[in-house]
Amino acid sequence: MPESVDAWQLIAGGDATLFAIVRLSLAVSLSAVAIAVLVGLPLGALLALTRFPGRSAMIVVLNGFMGLPPVVVGLTVYLLLSRSGPLGEFGLLFTPAAMVIAQALLVLPIIAALARQTIEDLWSEYRDELTAMGVSPAGRVATLLWDSRFSLVTALLAGFGRAAAEVGTVMIVGGNIEGFTRTMTTTIALETSKGNLPLAMGLGIILIGIIIAINAAAWGLRLWSERRAG
Amino acid sequence: MLNRRLFAAIAAFAMIAVSGIPAMAQDKSIVVASTTSTQDSGLFDYLLPIFKEKTGIAVKVIAQGTGQALDTARRGDADVVFVHAKAQELKFLEEGYGVKRFDVMYNDFVLIGPKSDPAGIAGTKDIAAALVAIKDKKAPFVSRGDRSGTHSAELNLWKAAGVDIDAAKGDWYRAIGQGMGAALNTAAAMDAYVLSDRGTWISFKNRGDLQIEVEGDKRLFNQYGVMLVNPEKHPTVKVDLGQAFIDFLISPEGQKTISEYKIDGKQLFFPDAKPERS
Amino acid sequence: MMRATPSDLPLALDGVCLRIGSTTVLDRLDLTITPGAPTLVVGPNGSGKTTLLRLCMQLVRPTEGRMSWGGRADAGQGRRAILFQKPVMLRRSAAANVCYALAQIGYPRHLRAACTHELLDRVGLADLAARPARHLSGGEQQRVALARALARQPEILLLDEPTASLDPAATLHVEEIIRTAAQSGTKIVMASHDLGQVRRLAGDVVFMVRGRVCEQATAVDFFDRPSTPEAAAFIRGDLVL
Repeated sequence: MPESVDAWQLIAGGDATLFAIVRLSLAVSLSAVAIAVLVGLPLGALLALTRFPGRSAMIVVLNGFMGLPPVVVGLTVYLLLSRSGPLGEFGLLFTPAAMVIAQALLVLPIIAALARQTIEDLWSEYRDELTAMGVSPAGRVATLLWDSRFSLVTALLAGFGRAAAEVGTVMIVGGNIEGFTRTMTTTIALETSKGNLPLAMGLGIILIGIIIAINAAAWGLRLWSERRAG
Repeated sequence: MLNRRLFAAIAAFAMIAVSGIPAMAQDKSIVVASTTSTQDSGLFDYLLPIFKEKTGIAVKVIAQGTGQALDTARRGDADVVFVHAKAQELKFLEEGYGVKRFDVMYNDFVLIGPKSDPAGIAGTKDIAAALVAIKDKKAPFVSRGDRSGTHSAELNLWKAAGVDIDAAKGDWYRAIGQGMGAALNTAAAMDAYVLSDRGTWISFKNRGDLQIEVEGDKRLFNQYGVMLVNPEKHPTVKVDLGQAFIDFLISPEGQKTISEYKIDGKQLFFPDAKPERS
Repeated sequence: MMRATPSDLPLALDGVCLRIGSTTVLDRLDLTITPGAPTLVVGPNGSGKTTLLRLCMQLVRPTEGRMSWGGRADAGQGRRAILFQKPVMLRRSAAANVCYALAQIGYPRHLRAACTHELLDRVGLADLAARPARHLSGGEQQRVALARALARQPEILLLDEPTASLDPAATLHVEEIIRTAAQSGTKIVMASHDLGQVRRLAGDVVFMVRGRVCEQATAVDFFDRPSTPEAAAFIRGDLVL
């Protein structure tokens, strides 16, 4: 990125490097959330609707993992994906895929735990009606997921916010390689270490703006569609 | 129903975004584990596009402290290491992780400090005496404390000054365990002394009240070396591409390119590759 | 539209007890519900009416005693439906709530919209079909739930004080729907403590006090010749504890 320019000039000038970085950040975080949703929603539903030994312990662990330290997740994924690690043969370390995996692990507990809570609450409300209507277990899960979709979107946004804002895992497993694994947050960290504080701050404001814009869009859609569906 | 459309849109957005990732991958690329000082000085931003233009090889730089960079290479996660702490590099070679070491260039360290200069060392040329003065005055001093090349150099300088820093360190000695830029930011905020490579100092923008206190001592010499990671240890190492990068760095053309990198008209790195490949 | 599901009638309870912890909710119930005119379950609050309906729906199982549906010990997914006293609306439109119930009995997809409309029309809510069900008033929700229950084309329709929160006009309307259902062959089992309603609808009466069946008789016998002092007191309007 050119020196002695501030963030506003970068935006106004449609700086290609900046857009590549923003695009990568969004791609990584959204992919991570998508994976976490695919795994986390069924996991949350399973925990909400089934009873098995160790379930309580699992819920406690899951809730605790909502606060997983990103650096620890990063280090763990680093050791797994490193050429010397068990998954080294895939050569994923220092690639966007590694960042997606690490962020997905970071986000998964948030989505699974919030989904578990949401679905369990709704289930206690729906249990009698659905049982009386003879709904199959799979049908129950589908119904509960669909009917709690507004709350689940909030869980999804919480997950996205965590993924988009964190720097610890992407720095470690991505390596902050220019044009390849450099995201908004690692750029901010890098510019800070270069002493380029105005640019770092400007990028930070852009990042916050993007996160707020995505949340505002989701919130608006939620209000609008909730009014229609109850 | 609207909500279905909303969900489909979110899913589609995620998929489009993901589809961009493979497009960014490079077919011909190597991973170079290097140091924060090399990256923060901007040398790579200048050098790598020229190399890519010439060879089509994309270089992915992981900027870490020298110690961490060597560890990354030990694990097989890099093809080339490009660092500046000769003792650590030789140990790396001895362990069999590197194929061969080449000198590439040098710059020098400078002792940075506040304009108020509580240790009274501004303008002196003897780094050892300056460090002793800082220790005696217990003037604030920021250490990288991260096993980086600069950290190694700092520890060697304390030794040269006859100071047992482990015994002498106190509140005045702040080991922050971070990169060069972060150390400079910290020193600027605390009006502390700090040892920096000249390249990072020249390109550093948040200087506050900091200035160069001591420079020019031969002991401040900072040699950079480059090594290919040993494919016998890690078969995934891209030998040809990595060697191409090393050959470029030590070639007359690469050396000239390095010497031409300037900030504010000041040359940051001085090429010194030996023609016979040391 | 006959389905292969075997009949759930007669529904028999044989020495059924339900204990939750140390509390006895239902105590040695012997009861047979047979096809025919509506059976009204009456009694003071807490006498076990709701629990009896939930047992019949197999939402709870007895801790002692035996139950059978058409001679089978397990009811399976029979043609039963229940209208809870406080029905829960799915977070969807009124029509989608009814349609959901149709889907659950495997009603042909292309006929569901028409059937939903017809059912909502029957309960007088055709105009509100597109409204979010949770935004409807209590009485309207009650009627959506009734449409949802009727959607199952039940052989036995269990109703738990379905008119408790309705005004007289709506009550009349709901009673009319129930009467029509009964005439077309649906067995109605309905909890109520509105004696006027019992007189209007009941073929026979199950009178419960403190978790026990105190009296079971035809409606005429129950009102004219109550055989227990509790029943007599209840009919007079005295407090039965």
